[in-house]
Amino acid sequence: MTTAAELLAGIPELAGAEPVTRVTIPARLEYTHTPGSAQTRFLTALPDKRLLAERCPQCTRVYVPPRGACPTCGVATTEQLELPHTGTVTTFCIVNIAAKGLNIEVPYCYAYVLLDGAHVGLHARVGDVPYADVRIGQRVEAVWNEERLGPSLASISHFRPTGEPDADPESYRRWM
Amino acid sequence: MSPAARSVDRHGRGRDVAVVAFAQSNHTRRTDQLSEVELVMPVLHDVLKQTGLTANRIGFTCSGSSDYLAGRAFSFTMALDGVGAWPPISESHVEMDGAWALYEAWVKLRTGEADTALVYSYGKSSPGSVRDVLTRQLDPYTLAPLWPDSIALAALQAQALIDAGLTDEPRLAETAVRSRRAATGNPHAQLRGSADPAELLQRPYEVEPLRRHDCPPISDGAAAVILAAGDTARALHANPAWIRGIDHRIEAHQPGVRDLTESPSTRLAAAAAGAFDAPLDAAELHAPFTAQEVVLRRALYLSDDVPVNPSGGPLAANPVMAAGLIRIGEAAALIHRGEAHRVLAHATSGPCLQQNLVAVLEGTNGNRNGNSPRSTDGTRGGAR
Repeated sequence: MTTAAELLAGIPELAGAEPVTRVTIPARLEYTHTPGSAQTRFLTALPDKRLLAERCPQCTRVYVPPRGACPTCGVATTEQLELPHTGTVTTFCIVNIAAKGLNIEVPYCYAYVLLDGAHVGLHARVGDVPYADVRIGQRVEAVWNEERLGPSLASISHFRPTGEPDADPESYRRWM
Repeated sequence: MSPAARSVDRHGRGRDVAVVAFAQSNHTRRTDQLSEVELVMPVLHDVLKQTGLTANRIGFTCSGSSDYLAGRAFSFTMALDGVGAWPPISESHVEMDGAWALYEAWVKLRTGEADTALVYSYGKSSPGSVRDVLTRQLDPYTLAPLWPDSIALAALQAQALIDAGLTDEPRLAETAVRSRRAATGNPHAQLRGSADPAELLQRPYEVEPLRRHDCPPISDGAAAVILAAGDTARALHANPAWIRGIDHRIEAHQPGVRDLTESPSTRLAAAAAGAFDAPLDAAELHAPFTAQEVVLRRALYLSDDVPVNPSGGPLAANPVMAAGLIRIGEAAALIHRGEAHRVLAHATSGPCLQQNLVAVLEGTNGNRNGNSPRSTDGTRGGAR
């Protein structure tokens, strides 16, 4: 690879100049993000331990968290419904590297939990179980973070196994 | 027959492409209650309903928006939820004003890859400080570290025009008044109506020589257009707005090397689009600052008798990333309503009119009914 010094060598006017090899230009922009009507309804129900979803009037899929639109049909998800706190693990991984700024001990289990009645997985941690025992199809329930209930998904500490038999794969196969 | 087989008409020419529908939101200073998709989706439904088409019958979809406005990566993918992309659609996105998304779609239709296109764009400026956000499009090594905001750069341009004797503050105020009074007839505009020029000129400078009235409002908003080719266009609208020419050109990136009183890129684009081949009934110019209308009128050789921005223009509503597409939509709407036959639409991007797109739209020959565009109340400002 050509070095900066070699590049400068071809420019007589810059003979002897120290090449600039790096500049640091700090830039910071601040935003106040607003989540919109559908997500606001979802977030503001979390302190009451309620999981609000929305159903597409055309394809009847149930989205949680709701975003106000069905990405399949391109129509407003007008019907609101409340989902139970139980669901099925549809995929998971064990995270061994701590993300910067995230106050979680590694390793931890990160999973998609398909809440009963929903058609998209909710991102969540799975805990209170040896990670070797976590599996697709496992039935789980939400453990609420009693000290940190607020308009945030951090209101759910994690999901833990219910001890029920695993779900029938046909019940979640289409929604993995 | 596949669309590709019909890419050239029976006379051997590229197919004619027309705007057959246009919709926009009611632009406002803030839309805190709406996510991007909640802002865009009603506009998409409106424009589709006008043609009776559904998203899965559209041949190509292209959008324009900016992650820097949203403050999030890949923000356009969330807005795409409002289209309904199943079964999978042919889709593209430009990190530019929707006018450039329309250009990409126009190429798709001209080359026969699609018969219809949905073009949309949106901008929510309210989450951040748009004056600061726009500094991030400047040269990252020598200019962006100075954070010269969009109004400061526009003020340099305005001062250059005043120094060259091409305008003065009272004439700029007339442009502001004319635009915002024209917008009283536009239910989508954000600023409708204006105080008299004498009163405006009493107010303090924002960045000298620009006062608040010389600057566009900060807007959240969205717009959408449907394009169609040839007979499809004729089937979808009784009076399609045919795109007779469209071209876009760019100036040097560094404003310091440009003569800010001129816009050679606009003139080149206009010549390539055929703007000078026949008289114009109206022009929709994307001049967010009053002084920029002076530059554009000169570049486009617009005489005072051509109504400019009968919609109110970007001085009345300026949803960044959508305001250029809205110019094309408003130009088409004049033709759809039979109020004009041949209209120029212009879109810009970057500081001080850095990039410019010009489109010339026409109604079907002989289809003009002689009505004039919405009143511009006679107080025409800008270049003389």
